[in-house]
Order: sequence, then C-alpha cells, then structure tokens
Amino acid sequence: MKHVISVTVENKPGVLAHISSLFAARGYGIDSLAVGETEDPATSRMTIVTHGDDQIIEQITKQLRKLISTLKVQDLGETEYIERDLVLVKVNVASGKRGEILEIAQIFRGNIVDVGLKDLVVELSGHESKILAFIELLKPYGIKELVRTGSIAMARGAK
Amino acid sequence: MRKIGADIFVDALVKEGVEYIFGIPGAVIIPLFDKLLDSPVKLVLTRHEQGAGHAADGYARASGKVGVCIATSGPGATNLVTAIATANFDSVPIVAITGQVRTPLIGNDAFQEADMTGITRTITKHNFLVKDVCDLPRVLKEAFHIARTGRPGPVLVDLPMDVSLGQCDLDYPDTVNLPGYKPNYKGNDRQIKLAAEAINASKRPVLYVGGGVIISESATEVFELATKASIPVTTTLLGLGAFPETHPLALKMLGMHGTAYANYAVTESDLVIAVGARFDDRVTGRLDAFAPEAKVIHIDIDPTSISKNIRVDIPVVGDAKGSLQALLPLVRQATHPEWLEKIDNWKKQHPLVYKPCGLKPQYVVEQIYEATKGEAVITTEVGQNQMWAAQWFKYSRPRQFISSGGLGTMGFGLPAAIGAQFARPDAVVFDIAGDGSIQMNIQELATAVKYKLPVNIAILNNGFLGMVRQWQELFYRKRYSGTILGDANPDFVKVAEAYGADGIRVTTRDEVRPAIERAIASPRPVILDFAVESEENVFPMVPAGEAINKMMGGMA
Repeated sequence: MKHVISVTVENKPGVLAHISSLFAARGYGIDSLAVGETEDPATSRMTIVTHGDDQIIEQITKQLRKLISTLKVQDLGETEYIERDLVLVKVNVASGKRGEILEIAQIFRGNIVDVGLKDLVVELSGHESKILAFIELLKPYGIKELVRTGSIAMARGAK
Repeated sequence: MRKIGADIFVDALVKEGVEYIFGIPGAVIIPLFDKLLDSPVKLVLTRHEQGAGHAADGYARASGKVGVCIATSGPGATNLVTAIATANFDSVPIVAITGQVRTPLIGNDAFQEADMTGITRTITKHNFLVKDVCDLPRVLKEAFHIARTGRPGPVLVDLPMDVSLGQCDLDYPDTVNLPGYKPNYKGNDRQIKLAAEAINASKRPVLYVGGGVIISESATEVFELATKASIPVTTTLLGLGAFPETHPLALKMLGMHGTAYANYAVTESDLVIAVGARFDDRVTGRLDAFAPEAKVIHIDIDPTSISKNIRVDIPVVGDAKGSLQALLPLVRQATHPEWLEKIDNWKKQHPLVYKPCGLKPQYVVEQIYEATKGEAVITTEVGQNQMWAAQWFKYSRPRQFISSGGLGTMGFGLPAAIGAQFARPDAVVFDIAGDGSIQMNIQELATAVKYKLPVNIAILNNGFLGMVRQWQELFYRKRYSGTILGDANPDFVKVAEAYGADGIRVTTRDEVRPAIERAIASPRPVILDFAVESEENVFPMVPAGEAINKMMGGMA
C-alpha cells in the first residue's frame, strides 16, 4: 500500500544521505523523495512516498523518528492531505499536431515553457493521478524526455 | 595564547570525566595527541585501531561510562569500523574520534582520506563531520550526550586537521539543544497499570531480561519483581548477570544455546514479561512457535524494538528502572507452586551436561568459576568459547559478562578484557577464547604488557574454528571446509613469552585448576593454552529456523 510520509529535518549537510541510507540498509522502498527548505531556514521538509504493509510502515516511521536529525515524522495516510507533483514533458511535434498538443495542455491547465521546431515542453503540476493521465494522453505523440519532482504533501486543516 | 581545536578537544574530555582514551596516532591527528601529553587524560596505545575500539567498548560495558577511542584518518579510521559496528549492535556508549584530511582536500581523494561519516552512517547512533572549529565544543557535548542517553550507542566525530589547529575561544557548553532527540523515559501510567493487571492474573509467568536491564541499572527492580510475584527469570546473552544465576528462580540463558528448562518455560508460559530485550532471532527461534500461549508485556526504551518481530500486547516505552519502580507497587505478592514445580522438574530432567572425560572446555569454564568464587569479570571471543562461557559460569552481577552478542565479533575478547581491567583495576579478568578468535587481535598482548594489566586469557584450544565446525559436523556431513586451524596454530605459550607475558600450557584435567590459580596470582598478563577435546559440541542447540523447544542433543 502506498504511504506518503512527511519528515521535517534539520537543514544540515548529510541529512538526506542519512535518511536514504536508512531506507537502503533496511530494505524499505522509496518510490519518490522530494526535499526543500521550509518557512524556517534551519529546517527542511522531506516528502517520501513509500509502500508496505502496516507493520513495515510502522517500523519506517519509528526508525525515522529515531534519527537525531529528524524533528517530526508524519504518516500522512492517517489524515486528509494535499499532494502535488510537478512534471516537465518534452513531446514530439509533428507538423499539424501542435494544435492538438496545445489543446491537451490547456485542458489540463499546463503551461508551455519551451517551443522548438520539432518539440515543445509542457509544465504541469497536480495530484499524481492528474500527472499520470496527462502523460498517457501525450504518449501517442512521442515523449522525448520527462522529468518529475516526485510528490510533495501537506496535511489539511489546522495542525 | 588562544585556544585551538585540539585544546577544545582535551577540555571536552576532561569536562566529560574521561579517564582513558584508547587509540593510535597518525599524521592528521598529531595535534590532538600532542595536547593529550599535557592533560590528565591517560592515553592507552593499542596495536591495532580495532583493538582500541573494542577496548573502549569493554571499558564502557564494565564501568557504565562512555568509552573513548581515537584513530587517524583513512586506514586508521576504517580499522575502527568493526569495533563501532560491534558497539552499535549491543547499544554500548562510545565516542570515536577520527582524524580527517584538511577541509579543502575533502572529497578530492587525498592521502589517507576516508568518508567516515558515509561509511559509518548506518552503524553509528549519530555522527559528525566538524568543518568549523567553533562548532567543535557543541559537537563534542552533543556526541557524549547522544552516546550515553536513551538507548546508548557509538557516536563518531570526524575531525579535519585544519579544524584541530584552528582557533576559537568558545567554552564547552553546559547544555545541549537537540530538538530531534527526545527519548521517552517515563513509561505510560495506563500501560503500566495494564501490565500489572496481566501479571496479577497470570498463572505461568516468565521474566525475559536483556542487556537493557544492565544498561538501565535495574537489576534490583527485576529481583524485587521476580521474588515478590514468584516469577522465574531467563536472560539473554547480554542480560547475563542481571539476575543471580544461583537463585532458585533463575533459568539461565534461553534461545539457540540456552538451557532446555528456559526454553520450555518460555514456550509454555502464559505471560512473557520482556524487559530491555529485543526478541532477537537467536532467542525466538521460529517466530510463530515462540511463546504461543503467552501474552507479551514489553518494557523498552526504544520504540523501534517493540512489535518489530513479534506482536506485543502491552508495550511500555520508557526507562526500565523507572517503569519497574512504578510497576512494583501495583503487582500483588504471589506464589505459583505448580508452575515452579514444573520448572524444577525440567531442571532435574534436562540439566546442562557434558561427558567428564579427558580435558573438556566446559570443565575449564567451571574451574574458572570456582577458582574466582564466581566474582571474575569474564569477556569472551565468539563461537563455542562464547557459548560455553555463557553456560558454565554462574553470573550474579551486572557488568560481569562482556561479550559481542549482536554482531558476534571474533577478536573482541582480548581488547575488551584490557578495557574492562582499566575500568575494574581490582577485579580478576578472564578472556575466554578460542584458538581462532584469539589470533584476530593477538597483537593487543603488547598493550596488556605495556600497561601491566594482569588479564588472563583462557584459550579453549581445539585446533578448529569450533562453532563453524560444529555446524559442518551436524549439517554438512563433517565436511570441514576452512575450519581446520590446528595444523598451523602457533605455540601460544611461546607467543605469550615473546610479548613478555606469561604462558601456561595445560594438557590434562588435573593441571587445569592449578594453572588457573597460578594465572590469577601472576601480576603479568597470562595466556593459558588449554588443549581441549577437539570435536566437542555446544548443546543444547536449537537448529536455525526451529522452535526453541525443539532442541538437539545434550539432554541427560
């Protein structure tokens, strides 16, 4: 089962390595990992998408809490949360097809950020399901290159 | 004259009450060694950094204080890795200081450079690379704090040479600020109440006690609980000494090479009270057959140990001492005559046994027990020697038995005995070793001689890598691949004398006791080379993956 875990950590060198070492050493899977500074420059927030049964997820969250550099660990699966992923897609533009691609981008409310003779780059952000649907629709045109940030997430409501 | 990093380092050691630092110098760490010469902290120069690490570990286990070791960069630091991993697995508080190349050279494949924070990331409780000398006082304060509090563990501080020579006037801080590190010491009141109710309702309870009881210094509370409610007590390898093994309620060690009566008691219990233990696979055997009829109470300071292997019914996260103190008044006085009688019958029907003919390793351990009246501090190497040391000596005090349990590191015993002797200068210290293990850190004999430590090394010399040979005998049709040592073992008596220690060879049963007495009386380190029965096996034995009540061999 997919789980999104939000970890607030000290913003110091080596912390990211420490967390990925923990996952690697214990054989836990990382589906995606995104990290950046927060409202407090001394801390960063890491969003880790992992999977496993309840016992594994319990161990993962406990092991993360045990690390000295982690300040707060939240298994977002237990609450309502907002999740966003950002993707840049470089898609083939055969003559005549540019219009269709622009339409799809417009429907999904994506932005064109690069235009060339043979291809263009669309930027899109949203929930993972929206990203995946968008990519599926673009596949028939030929996706040259694709890069995703991985999910970032935040619990809803007052916390 | 302004303070430099090396001054800050020595100042920190003094403020933390460090008496001994175990290590070997090298190019980038000379500044620290230079300042050590003028300080009250005593340097113990070992002959391999692994020896320094294990000595710091043995010192910490024997004294309860933080052990400190130091090595230079590159190979010196990597030589500490096994010792750090050993301490990590057994929750031993040590601070390891490693030199590092100058900061501008880091990451450039400099001479004797090693990425120690990367290499030790998963085997330390925490580690630091100090890039600014003004961070050093805070880092050292945090290092000692992290090492000794909560569930203790090794902390590594990587110190570049230019940082140790850099100037900073900051003083050693009085407090630590670690917002991400808040161990929970106080057990939850409601959980403790539930635990008491379960104990009061149980008919066949068992106390399962581990190294955590020794770390938290709660042997007294365990004794009170056991005697108040008539609960038999079994200990893990690391818990030996937490409950006096001469007491009628003692079951001795459980698990793969534990006593049959301990394993039966756990398997047939209706309540397992785990204190400071982690349900390791050597103890549980097949998980689905472990204590199948029992409710489980688990008191432990580390939440990650709870419900990791087996489902715990009543978890209590907190310090064992405080939690037991809160629990005791809620537990009713009780007797369990039927349960204790059943256990007594198991003890009579299935005692630990061996055939007493020739020179048996079990006999040697028994004689060490008798000759020291059970008061010796025992360190061990790993393998058959370790198991016989656990079985045939009756431990009665915490910090009396010092052994690498979790990692199972051969070569641990001799340097650990050195550390233990420094911690307990008046104690009689014995390292119970095998001929394989003793050679892994034999060079530390020089350390024992240099510092005049009267450690006694009892080699149970059977000419084999004993435990592996036993598995090959039982499961691989005696195909002794890579386990024959006897064709090239040195004359250990000559080795001892070459180092300036005493050597005593023992080839018959009658010589055993007098040799042990002579060793104890000698002010020098002594190697006792006991030529024991070569293919003796450790029994009982739970085959890997079996239930712990399905033991092989060794039954009367």
